Amino acid sequence: MPTVTMTVNGKQRSAEAETRTLLVSFLREQLGLTGTHVGCDTSQCGACVVHVDGVAVKSCTLLAVQADGAEVTTIEGLAKGRELHPIQAAFKEHHGLQCGFCTPGMIMTAVDMLRRIPEPDEPTIRAELEGNFCRCTGYHNIVKAIKAASEAM
Amino acid sequence: MYEFDYHTPQTIDDARALLSGRDDPKLLAGGQTLLPTMKQRLAAPSDLIDLRKVTGLDGITGAGDTLRIGAMVRHAAVAASDEVRQAIPALAALAGGIGDPLVRHRGTLGGSIANNDPSADYPAGCLALAATISTDRREIGADEFFLGMFETALEEDEIITGVAFPVPRKAGYAKFPNPASRYAMVGVFVAQTGNAVRVAVTGAGPGVFRVPAMETALASDFSAQAIADISVPSDGLLEDLHGSAEYRANLVTVMAKRAVQSAL
Ligand SMILES: Cc1cc2nc3c(=O)[nH]c(=O)nc-3n(C[C@H](O)[C@H](O)[C@H](O)COP(=O)(O)OP(=O)(O)OC[C@H]3O[C@@H](n4cnc5c(N)ncnc54)[C@H](O)[C@@H]3O)c2cc1C
Ligand code: FES
Ligand code: FES
Repeated sequence: MPTVTMTVNGKQRSAEAETRTLLVSFLREQLGLTGTHVGCDTSQCGACVVHVDGVAVKSCTLLAVQADGAEVTTIEGLAKGRELHPIQAAFKEHHGLQCGFCTPGMIMTAVDMLRRIPEPDEPTIRAELEGNFCRCTGYHNIVKAIKAASEAM
Repeated sequence: MYEFDYHTPQTIDDARALLSGRDDPKLLAGGQTLLPTMKQRLAAPSDLIDLRKVTGLDGITGAGDTLRIGAMVRHAAVAASDEVRQAIPALAALAGGIGDPLVRHRGTLGGSIANNDPSADYPAGCLALAATISTDRREIGADEFFLGMFETALEEDEIITGVAFPVPRKAGYAKFPNPASRYAMVGVFVAQTGNAVRVAVTGAGPGVFRVPAMETALASDFSAQAIADISVPSDGLLEDLHGSAEYRANLVTVMAKRAVQSAL
């Protein structure tokens, strides 16, 4: 089995993994970082979004071996100690979650969105969320939270 | 997903050697089509040959009247490229409308055209712009490259290295996305290069195709009005729960008019 090494949330992590191990399984099962979720089998829901080398990707559609040597950021890597990331704080403030299952992916997508587009309007936010599904259909407040975060940041 | 051997060759030659030396190898680019297919066990290659470290497959270069995009260039990079936006804005818009931002961060031009999904966007852009596809061994014109559903002129062990797009005078792309998958229900790319016009349709048929009647009409009058009464026959078009063949045939005219209107 190959040994896969990557920097996850700033720390170098190494573990053995089968070549077919998806990045999301590697993070959850080998590294114990269960904040990243799996919501589908078809690469469509975005519950699994993490950042690899600075861009948001679906970690269920990437092999762990493809991320060998990469910098990975997961939802666990956003807060500074007890201080929430501004987007996390905005989701809390604006009720951007109901059950919370989609939330890690939504927030990782939102961080990437605001990096590329610091002041998105509402249609842009909705278009940028094309790859993230919320089963509780809480889109309205998710959009509100991202808008508020963009103004606060 | 079944187990496989994983390779990261650094050169085209090494990639080709792996391709010809293994049981049932497959190239891996962005993985946005291949990995979902393997997860469903619809594909079970013995070896994955990842192109991510291979040199010479990257980069966007404009030289006068041609824009060259490397096979491994991601959809997001094409969408954001100043060179593409300036030379062929319709191509940047096409790339920016593929799937969602997460798919665009991984998916590549080479992977998309090698796969030749009947509803994929890039085949329409390549065919309408009369692009030339470069591989490790030859150059293939878009008219010869796309053969049918998931079928191309590529040989088993052939590697796409890049695509050269002639810069058109004007081009436009309009797609009616499937609301669930974002793939094209129908997408039409219209390009006016010199005095000729080419119209390529994806999503409607078993593979990307041109509409000669629209091309002739647009060559003498490049306006939406000129093609308003031209429709394609519905015989042989795709039919599924998302839409009938007649519905898709109608969409071809609607999307073609929008593509002409959006042409810059
Ligand atoms: C949720 C979702 C939505 C999507 N929506 C759209 C959409 O709206 N429109 C659209 O067009 N596409 C869409 N796609 C597909 C996406 O564009 C893929 O990125 C693309 O089809 C394949 O590119 P890839 O780089 O990911 O290739 P891979 O999945 O890595 O490979 C695909 C195939 O191409 C072969 N291949 C790869 N590179 C080369 C090469 N250089 N030479 C020869 N063969 C090669 C591989 O062996 C494989 O058979 C979507 C995908 C997903 C998951
Ligand atoms: S788990 Fe659904 S897209 Fe990754
Ligand atoms: S909050 Fe429940 S899935 Fe989005």
